[in-house]
Amino acid sequence: MSLISCNDITKIYKVGEVEIKALKNISLEISKSKFVAFIGPSGSGKTTMLNLFGVLDKPTSGTLKVIDTDISKLNYVERAKFRGEHLGFIFQNFNLIPVLTVYENVEYPLIMVKSIPTKARKEKVLSLLDAVGMLDQKDKLINQISGGQKQRVAIARALTTDPKIVLADEPTANLDHESAYKVMRLMKKLSSEIGTTFIFSTHDPKIVNEVDITYTIEDGALIKREERSN
Amino acid sequence: MFNIIKISFRNLYRQKRRSFLTIGIVAFGVLAVLLFTATAGSFKNFMISEITDSMLGHIQIHGKGYVSSLDNLPLDNTIKATQINKMAQILDEIPEIESYTYRILLGGMVSNYLESTSAKISAIIPAKEKKVAPLLEARLQEGNFLRKGEILLPEIIAKGFKSKIGDDIVLIATNVDGSVNGLPLKISGIMESVVGPTGKYGYIHFDDAKSILRMDEMEVSEVAIRLKNFNDLEKVYSILNEKLGSIKNKNDKPIFEIHTWEKLSPFYSIANMIDMMSLFIKIILIGIVLVSIMNVMIMAVYERTKEIGSISAMGTLPSKIRLMFLFEGLFLGIYGSIIGIIISLIAIFIVNISHITVSFGRNSNILLQPKVSLAQIGLTALIVIFVAIIAVLEPAFKASKLEPIEALRQN
Repeated sequence: MSLISCNDITKIYKVGEVEIKALKNISLEISKSKFVAFIGPSGSGKTTMLNLFGVLDKPTSGTLKVIDTDISKLNYVERAKFRGEHLGFIFQNFNLIPVLTVYENVEYPLIMVKSIPTKARKEKVLSLLDAVGMLDQKDKLINQISGGQKQRVAIARALTTDPKIVLADEPTANLDHESAYKVMRLMKKLSSEIGTTFIFSTHDPKIVNEVDITYTIEDGALIKREERSN
Repeated sequence: MFNIIKISFRNLYRQKRRSFLTIGIVAFGVLAVLLFTATAGSFKNFMISEITDSMLGHIQIHGKGYVSSLDNLPLDNTIKATQINKMAQILDEIPEIESYTYRILLGGMVSNYLESTSAKISAIIPAKEKKVAPLLEARLQEGNFLRKGEILLPEIIAKGFKSKIGDDIVLIATNVDGSVNGLPLKISGIMESVVGPTGKYGYIHFDDAKSILRMDEMEVSEVAIRLKNFNDLEKVYSILNEKLGSIKNKNDKPIFEIHTWEKLSPFYSIANMIDMMSLFIKIILIGIVLVSIMNVMIMAVYERTKEIGSISAMGTLPSKIRLMFLFEGLFLGIYGSIIGIIISLIAIFIVNISHITVSFGRNSNILLQPKVSLAQIGLTALIVIFVAIIAVLEPAFKASKLEPIEALRQN
């Protein structure tokens, strides 16, 4: 069963009078429980691709279905609800809320996006913090932890709402190689344990050894699909 | 909701200096409003009390058309005995009225046998007058209050005549028929002049006025009324208007005219000016709160654009993002109000214990005793909180409408 299905999608940005074709006639399908990477140089269209999968943007043409929903038909609020219901996000700059503690950051989507009872919420947050190895740091503020730790918190936060898909745009770009490798291993482990599909972008080919499927994008076009059996 | 409030509250601590500065500006605005309202209110209440309690009373009743010709003190437009009885019955039935008294106002000449000068005189019934104008006696600069055969001379005439207590004076007046009569009187006291329509009048006994004016029956120029509660002014005025207004003469015209102190004293326009200034200060406060909170919240949205993008990407609904910023602005308003109210109460306390006096006209020792009511405090706080919400609406809506993809791109 396909979680994401895109058929001949194109994305064009208008900058003044100039039209920039960020994605060109891309068709692909991503199925459940996969660990998928989009690789390519800066400006190749990886982030645009993830923005479309993340229901943050709409394709200019073509059909994009995420979890059997045609995202072109959703309005602003419906898209927000859809994201909260089905998707998780990990950002390159972590984008954690600095005034909240590690625990509260992970708890945030369960309060603001999905409302669940306090006891269940607490259990969920603690188990995720344990899973990413941040339980002992739960009461610290975000500026009191390292970059690698921040990204682990961001991973835990992305998983709190039990999303079907987690999208990570360059999740290791701001990390040193060792931290980047640990974050990749953690995402892979959680993907197989929880059954969540992870889709991330990177321009660093060294960290994609763990992935199931690699899509290579250049100049907005999908040029290669590689499937690995790890 | 609690968690949205928690996040909003903590957001105040991101830019501590800026938040405290904004709260300080709002608090200063609240201080300006409450201190001015309390001080100006104290001055206004002092003056109103001085005018109503030392001469006018709270409400006056005259014969129709009397007030418009008050400068001439006409004796042909008095309220006659039969009308007085009807009116007294009505006044006795109104529970809000504490007391009322009759006065005859007349113009004449006073002479100390060496010099003469014109004078305006209010003839009063001393016992009743004290109930309606309890501060009248306090205006005595020297001497004793009035008895029959005596006069309370206004200080301006007493100074001109170089009169002393116990000196003899002759009052000469023309009655309604045109006959000129004189009455020897003894000076029992010298009255301090005050601001107001009858502030420089002399006083004689009601019976002496009847005598000099050759009045066989009871006639009065005005009826002065004191209320149990000053706040019932409009209510009693309406009742009197309705009940006395229905009493008509043969030509089906109303016999009486009723005025509150406001219509009789020029100080009312000054009181209105004080209220206007109070309103302007409130408008300035609104401006201060609006500009400072809007400014700080616009900055907050600008600085947190990327964060708004990320929480929006996670699926936070626009309404919740809006609420988060609304609460933040609300907290600034609430904090500013609370601190401003505390500082204001301290400032009012200090002014009260400092015994500061000001001058107004001939009153050189008006003691400022600022007081602020709970209603005024509540109103000011409500204005601030309401304006804080208004100020934050635009930035909050802007934040909630940000496209996450655009917001996430911002550095």
